[in-house]
Amino acid sequence: MKEMVTGKEPFVRIIKRDVPSKKDQVIPRVLAILAALVVDALFIFFVTGLNPFAVYGVMFQGTFGTSIRFSWALRDLVTLLCIGIALAPAFKMRFWNVGAEGQVLMGALATALCMVYLGGALPTALLLVVMCLASLLAGALWGWIPAFFKAKWNTNETLFTLMMNYVATSIVACATNIMRGQASSLGKLNMGTQAGWFPSLLGQRYNINIIVVTLVMFLMFFYLKYSKQGYEISVVGESENTARYVGIRVKRVLMRTMCISGAICGLCGFLIVAGKDQTISTNTAGGNGFTAIIVAWMAKFNPFYMALISFLLVFLSRGASEIASAYGLNDFAVDIITGIILFFLLGCEFFIQYRLVFREKTRKEAQ
Amino acid sequence: MSILIAWILRAIPFGTIIMYGAMGEIMTEKSGNLNLGVPGIMYLGGFAGYGAAYFYERLAAHPNPFVCILLSLLCCLAAAMAGGLIFSFLTITLRANQNVTGLALTTFGMGVANFFGVFILNGSSYSAAPLANKAYAAKIPFLSEKFGTVSQLLFGYGFLVYGAVILAVVLHIILNHTRVGLQLRAVGENPATADASGISVTKYKYLATCLGAAISGIGGLYYVLDYNQGIWATTGQIEALGWLAVALVIFTTWKPLNTIWGAYLFGVLYWLYQFLPGILGITVSSYVTDLIQMVPYVVTIVVLIVVSQRRKKENQPPASLGLAYFREDR
Amino acid sequence: MEYAVQLKHVTKTFGKVVANKDVSLDVRYGEILSLLGENGSGKTTLMNMLSGIYYPDSGQIFVEGKQVEISAPKDAYALGIGMVHQHFKLVDVFTATENIALGLDKKEKFDQKAVKAKAAAICEKYHFELNLDQKVYEMSVSQKQTLEIVKVLYRGARILILDEPTAVLTPQETEKLFQVIRNMRRDGKSVIIITHKLHEVLEISDRVAILRRGEYIGTVDTKDATESSLTEMMVGEKVELNIDRTEPVNPKKRLSIQNLTVYSREGVKILDDVSFDAFGGEILGIAGVSGNGQKELLEAIAGLQPAAKGSKVRFFGEDQEKPVELLGKSPKQIRDAGIHLAFVPEDRLGMGLVGSMGMIENMMLKSYENGHSFLTDRKTPRELAEQIKEELHVVTPSIQTPVSRLSGGNVQKVLVGREIASSPIVLMTAYAVRGLDINTSYTIYHLLGEQKEKGVAVIYVGEDLDVLLELCDRILVLCGGKVNGIVDGRTTTKEDVGMRMTNLKKGATRQ
Repeated sequence: MKEMVTGKEPFVRIIKRDVPSKKDQVIPRVLAILAALVVDALFIFFVTGLNPFAVYGVMFQGTFGTSIRFSWALRDLVTLLCIGIALAPAFKMRFWNVGAEGQVLMGALATALCMVYLGGALPTALLLVVMCLASLLAGALWGWIPAFFKAKWNTNETLFTLMMNYVATSIVACATNIMRGQASSLGKLNMGTQAGWFPSLLGQRYNINIIVVTLVMFLMFFYLKYSKQGYEISVVGESENTARYVGIRVKRVLMRTMCISGAICGLCGFLIVAGKDQTISTNTAGGNGFTAIIVAWMAKFNPFYMALISFLLVFLSRGASEIASAYGLNDFAVDIITGIILFFLLGCEFFIQYRLVFREKTRKEAQ
Repeated sequence: MSILIAWILRAIPFGTIIMYGAMGEIMTEKSGNLNLGVPGIMYLGGFAGYGAAYFYERLAAHPNPFVCILLSLLCCLAAAMAGGLIFSFLTITLRANQNVTGLALTTFGMGVANFFGVFILNGSSYSAAPLANKAYAAKIPFLSEKFGTVSQLLFGYGFLVYGAVILAVVLHIILNHTRVGLQLRAVGENPATADASGISVTKYKYLATCLGAAISGIGGLYYVLDYNQGIWATTGQIEALGWLAVALVIFTTWKPLNTIWGAYLFGVLYWLYQFLPGILGITVSSYVTDLIQMVPYVVTIVVLIVVSQRRKKENQPPASLGLAYFREDR
Repeated sequence: MEYAVQLKHVTKTFGKVVANKDVSLDVRYGEILSLLGENGSGKTTLMNMLSGIYYPDSGQIFVEGKQVEISAPKDAYALGIGMVHQHFKLVDVFTATENIALGLDKKEKFDQKAVKAKAAAICEKYHFELNLDQKVYEMSVSQKQTLEIVKVLYRGARILILDEPTAVLTPQETEKLFQVIRNMRRDGKSVIIITHKLHEVLEISDRVAILRRGEYIGTVDTKDATESSLTEMMVGEKVELNIDRTEPVNPKKRLSIQNLTVYSREGVKILDDVSFDAFGGEILGIAGVSGNGQKELLEAIAGLQPAAKGSKVRFFGEDQEKPVELLGKSPKQIRDAGIHLAFVPEDRLGMGLVGSMGMIENMMLKSYENGHSFLTDRKTPRELAEQIKEELHVVTPSIQTPVSRLSGGNVQKVLVGREIASSPIVLMTAYAVRGLDINTSYTIYHLLGEQKEKGVAVIYVGEDLDVLLELCDRILVLCGGKVNGIVDGRTTTKEDVGMRMTNLKKGATRQ
């Protein structure tokens, strides 16, 4: 921006804020969401000719219309939140884990395999424990592999984890192919025995998901904030040199943290299969692994903020599919609406970190 | 032998898609911007180009293939650059995190393409632009028939395949032998230095990112109008191709000339599952082919590891990749 | 009288920090002007406004009589102003020629051969030794600086600004640079040198302009100035520039380094067969051009740097008969073995501390593992932080404020305070006063002196030879990773140490 006017005083200058106050942090974000909703409304109006307020009303119904819709929203929320929580320690360590999608898939696959091959052999409680452990292990392994190479040769983890997603997809495709045999699709696993399905709690199986994720959320908050390992993670993330200087074994922390991150992703896969879908496909993670990256980043790794942002995104997504069915549009509207909101939220960070000084104002100050 | 030829005939067009994607991303990354929105941009470019061709064919009384190419290409470039512009504005002017912005752009681009695609589909599962496909897939006359197999292998593709190779050479020359290239690389390596030498960092980053997006967008266009035979359907295929293009950038260690063979190699690997069993004279179950599909990604991972092991200065990513630049930082 | 550059009432702030306040300053044609001030007095900021890096909040700039607006570096170049920054602005993977070509004027044809020929002519004129085909990452610091100067001259600068050009040079290299600067003055160019070294000011400049805490204090002719008059203007009060050096009492051997050899990751030998002893109750200085192995030496002792086979670093505790081998131990293992080894590294915020954390969390760095609980203990570090803030007069809004927001001097007090609080037996410091103002520097010298009197073995890596000569009991000179003699700090001369820093003497590698 500075280069626009050469030889003259720049029209606008950018100055870094010292420490943004609470107010300076909240107001831009609220404004950004409002501005995004206006842009979305314009988009809806120009594309469909519908009254945006009516559309927003319908969107609101998507989450708050009935109690069952609200409970579906919560179910989707905890899926996204769980992955966000899983990513928090990795991101705090400045390890760009964009492989959550794959880690979730591997966890889900381990769960599904246990259900299919151990379903009849073990008592329910034991089966659930085995499924859970298997999913944790599978996810941890998938997180550990890129961390190992990062530790050993400083291999770029963003691209490594990204590629691992597709390797996982391949493996899941192969496994479901074998499991379904001659059938055209896999269908619900253990349909007859319901072995390995979560028991219904207050009417829904996925209520267990909600409880587990809430628990994990609190645990992660305390882990990051008060535990010795959490402290190590922040030191490694802020400055690897300092970590070495005080004798933190950086490589070990790297691998340990990615095992935790991957394991929680794996747990999410377990919850999806046992509590929500009762089946597995290459779409089991459904893009949540990518969306969660945005959630974790925008929440600055605080699990409670993550819950808020996840809620916003789930609200939008459920609202959009509600519009889709009400007005005969399609589900992809949600991607556009979400995209616009994300752009605004990302952009508004700038106004929290910096402030602008315009030319006229500077002149006045000088006099 | 004929299987091998068929394999190459599949691999080169496939390679061309990701070659465009990768060349655009190389240009972007040379300016220090890591744009993970490539899949979204390829979606935007592919859809805009397809839409233009589709409506032109529908509405024009006597559709002309050249006008069709021109229109669709222009719309593709415009849409892809618009995507690049969003990314540039957020990451360069507003200094948003590049990884997150890129992922959001991917979501957005996919959404836009598929949302508006539905209007074109209008209830059917796919729609087609046959004229545009014919224009884009036209083989080189004369040369493509004269010399049998050789002709087939060398001249049997649409013009964008040759465009990609030429573009790779041009990019190589620009980056390594011109003032603009030198200045662009300086911006990506050390923006503070470039700035102090009087180079406008902001301008270069914007231009490289938007033009890079335009090039990536052509990859999407080529996929829809040539590779996919002018058919638009709602699939996630382009997304996977976009990530493969990002992988190719690393595979080539940020050198445009390497994209030529790198992309074709990826093409060969991608089609491995279909042709290798034939060559070996064995039949494999469908679940094995599922597994073979991971090969290009595994190869990329291996390259990533090997490059990181070697640590040769010239093969490393641009030093300021992924970082925002603020002159008055202190 | 016409001036080459005039600054009038220039003010620049960063957030709440006022970097320059109402500064007015003149530079004449064909003169060497020293811009003198303590660290943090706003010298670099002021010059950055001349070179287009920063834009002033208010005030005017005149160049060669005309009022100008410099809003980008290219404006500065167009006006004939060139600046050599303290942190070199070079692209590592480019060759020297490519780096020069980077700044070519748009009108000039892009022809690297022509650039090289013209640059070679400049090198010849001013007697620079520079390989124009060499990649920057293969260059030494002084070669990089030469390249920077050639770059600026290539662009036809008539007004040169050099930011702390001698900080990284040996006395001999400095003398060579000064000769070049005098040549440039003879050519009619104006040269501004930013520095805080008084003797250099007196040696090279025609006039001295002084800044103090962002404000312009005045300009004096160098011939009328003395070290003490300049210091008084710089600090604003009379300062005792003496360091008390007591005789070592009852020196006890604490560290014995034998045949220490260290290779870099790339396989280059950084330390070559280094042997020496360090004693409690003395300050052992380590001199050398930066990058000659000082960093690796301290890091090897602290357990951060793997050493080649045959190297020995032994620590002598209370029982002088049973030394402990330190090599192969991590910093944590050294700590766990009960060896009190304190280390103040060169990179304070990047290694010694975590910039984004407050004082409490930075105190925790060395102690967070104490106790068996899964959770961290914050009470003890909080008390320590309070104590250090009190005793060393650390200026900070609160002990929770991120330490990166503190001034350089306060950052160093936090770091040194934490290290001394661990009651060390050996205390190693690397460039402990770099970037600090005079008063804080002397606070640090006194702290080190106190430690010495307590019987601590202090190892002081420094760059200012005057200080090394005044502070240290013995001085070890490193040159090319080898020990080039250990001299007595009381009897040696600056010239001798300077010679040893650059010219390796045969047979001088052993004590």
